[in-house]
Amino acid sequence: MLRALLASCVLAGASPAWAVEVPAAVLRVDYPELLPISRLDLPPEDLGFAGAALATEDNQTTGAFLGNTFTVHDVAVEPEGAQAALDQLVADGYRVIVVLARHDELLSFADAVPEGTLLLNARASDESLRSEDCRANVLHVAPSDRMLTDALAQFLIWKRWDRWFLIHGSHPEDLALAEAYEASAEKFGGRIVEEREFEDRGGARVTDTGQAQVQQQIAVFTQDASRHDVVVAADASDVFAAYLPYQTWDPAPVAGSAGLRPLSWHPAHESWGATQMQNRFEELAGRPMREEDYQAWLALRVVGEAVTRTQSADPEAIRDYALGPDFEVAAFKGQPLTFRDWNGQLRQPILLADGRITVSVSPQEGFLHQVSPLDTLGLDRPESACTAFEGGQE
Amino acid sequence: MIGRLGIAALLIGAAVPAQAYKVFVSNERGNTVSVLDSATWEVIAEFPAGNRPRGITIAPDGSELYVASSDDDMVRVFDPETYEETHTLPSGPDPELFVLHPSGNPLYIANEDDNLVTVTDVKTGQILGEIPVGVEPEGMGISPDGRTLVNTSETTNMAHFIDTETFEITQNTLVDQRPRVAQFTADGKLLYVSSEIGGTVSVIDPATGEVLHRIGFEVPGIQPELLQPVGVRVTQDGSRVFVALGPSNRIAVVDGASWEVLDYLLVGQRVWQLAFTPDEKYLITTNGNSNDVSIVDVAGNEVVRSVQVGQQPWGVVVAPE
Repeated sequence: MLRALLASCVLAGASPAWAVEVPAAVLRVDYPELLPISRLDLPPEDLGFAGAALATEDNQTTGAFLGNTFTVHDVAVEPEGAQAALDQLVADGYRVIVVLARHDELLSFADAVPEGTLLLNARASDESLRSEDCRANVLHVAPSDRMLTDALAQFLIWKRWDRWFLIHGSHPEDLALAEAYEASAEKFGGRIVEEREFEDRGGARVTDTGQAQVQQQIAVFTQDASRHDVVVAADASDVFAAYLPYQTWDPAPVAGSAGLRPLSWHPAHESWGATQMQNRFEELAGRPMREEDYQAWLALRVVGEAVTRTQSADPEAIRDYALGPDFEVAAFKGQPLTFRDWNGQLRQPILLADGRITVSVSPQEGFLHQVSPLDTLGLDRPESACTAFEGGQE
Repeated sequence: MIGRLGIAALLIGAAVPAQAYKVFVSNERGNTVSVLDSATWEVIAEFPAGNRPRGITIAPDGSELYVASSDDDMVRVFDPETYEETHTLPSGPDPELFVLHPSGNPLYIANEDDNLVTVTDVKTGQILGEIPVGVEPEGMGISPDGRTLVNTSETTNMAHFIDTETFEITQNTLVDQRPRVAQFTADGKLLYVSSEIGGTVSVIDPATGEVLHRIGFEVPGIQPELLQPVGVRVTQDGSRVFVALGPSNRIAVVDGASWEVLDYLLVGQRVWQLAFTPDEKYLITTNGNSNDVSIVDVAGNEVVRSVQVGQQPWGVVVAPE
């Protein structure tokens, strides 16, 4: 109704009386991490920020026709300084903040910000943030672990590769990811016929000698597993999964944290107009677009879309519109994206990519849901322990 | 033989045999243009058309064929009789869709990567203007009197109304997500804008910019997400609106007065753009994923033929009589 009213107003070229200013911030927490296994994964300095810059350009181009002004302020900080950085943003008046951080920091931010602040989670994939730890002032643009593992599971089931050899790391986030795969297997009929833990002993990264060792070690590590169709790797810590393809004892495809990976974005994705998005991003940033960039872009596009349609920069109005029935945003995935109004999670198709191309996109055909096929991915309303959204509107 | 032809003519109910027109189809991935004869629906030629040919149109007098070579950043001009490339026109980067002024000059081109509309004089090859518009400009429509140009921008989600004298934007109308095509009625009184991701066609009063109605689509057994409106064409009298519905492999037939959907016709895969023959007996649809075009009998409301063309057919135009 609101949309119909707005659209029926003629938006004149000159600055209308309702012009609004929308200052947003991006707060990125940089954790101490070892170098990635692959050089191709080295984090660029403007990770996430470049996506936010593109979204701000996009929003501003649209805003110029309506007299709205969009700006963005980037902050990168070590974990120790994270709370102080957040406090500074709040003191400077920022009330729309995109957060690229892990579970603990995101949660403490959500509990610390004053009323009327909107946080958009563009990194943390923990299921608990969408369930028992959900917060009413946080919208999740990043897909959750279960959305990602469900997306892969649907594809494996579609392929009739239902016997899985699950290999997980030894860190807590690896175990959480393994649990997500176990839940996805149960949900869609996969069978985990073998499960092993790859313990992180601070072992070799790829070096001249390391390569030879990997070839021996991974073969031995995967020996004598029960008969399986696919190896599923749960390695959130980037310790071993990249070594699995081609090195397993049995000839089996690898999926999960290596091989065929479920992703929110991939720099080779071209369907549904994505080529234009990749072109614009590469021109701006001088490098391919990563998931963090896409998620930061999407977070600010959600804000831009809500501001354009409501002509309000009030964070609560943005939140309410985003969670409401009229909201939708196009994001190069072939269908409009909307929010789950009962936990603040953005519904979205998940790409399955092998590092070169998009292999498939989930949800897969035939996986049905009474609300939206997208709700076959991730926690569904009855499974979520989130109460901060008061069960949504339905 | 003669008897069979006579029966066919009777069945069609036409006293005069159908006119033969040349139909030009741009093949985005094949880098060619296919030429069909509308009397036989045979492919009579296929010729190279540069890299990633998409937008395609023809001069009102049929003298020149224009093809947007998206990856060459130019418009190629062909002789519609010999299929020889005669010259090229500057288009700005990544030209996709374009529209000719009703007089045949100039050509208004959407530059998808640069948030611009480029205006090119087709006689002199001069760029007359560059008009900044929204993000990812795509659809291009022009009013029958040539005074108002409409561009749609896919990420900004607006129809921009542009004065063709001053090149100034006079009004903007917000529409649903990812607007693709803008089409005026022949009397200039209505503008139809398709929204691919929004799944709707907005009916706009061009005089005020007001959205009068949103046409929605529904096909039992088809996921609503697949009903993605792209190409739009309206009969001369405004009574019928045809809408290509992308990956649902269907076109919708819409009543031009009540805006009710009257019918859905099954065509090829990922149906994209549409064109009438000048006598409006037939509508041609480009089907990108099945590499063919479907031929719709407009009066009979049925698909009568499908014809294989080149790789990934994108745009279509029919030569005037």
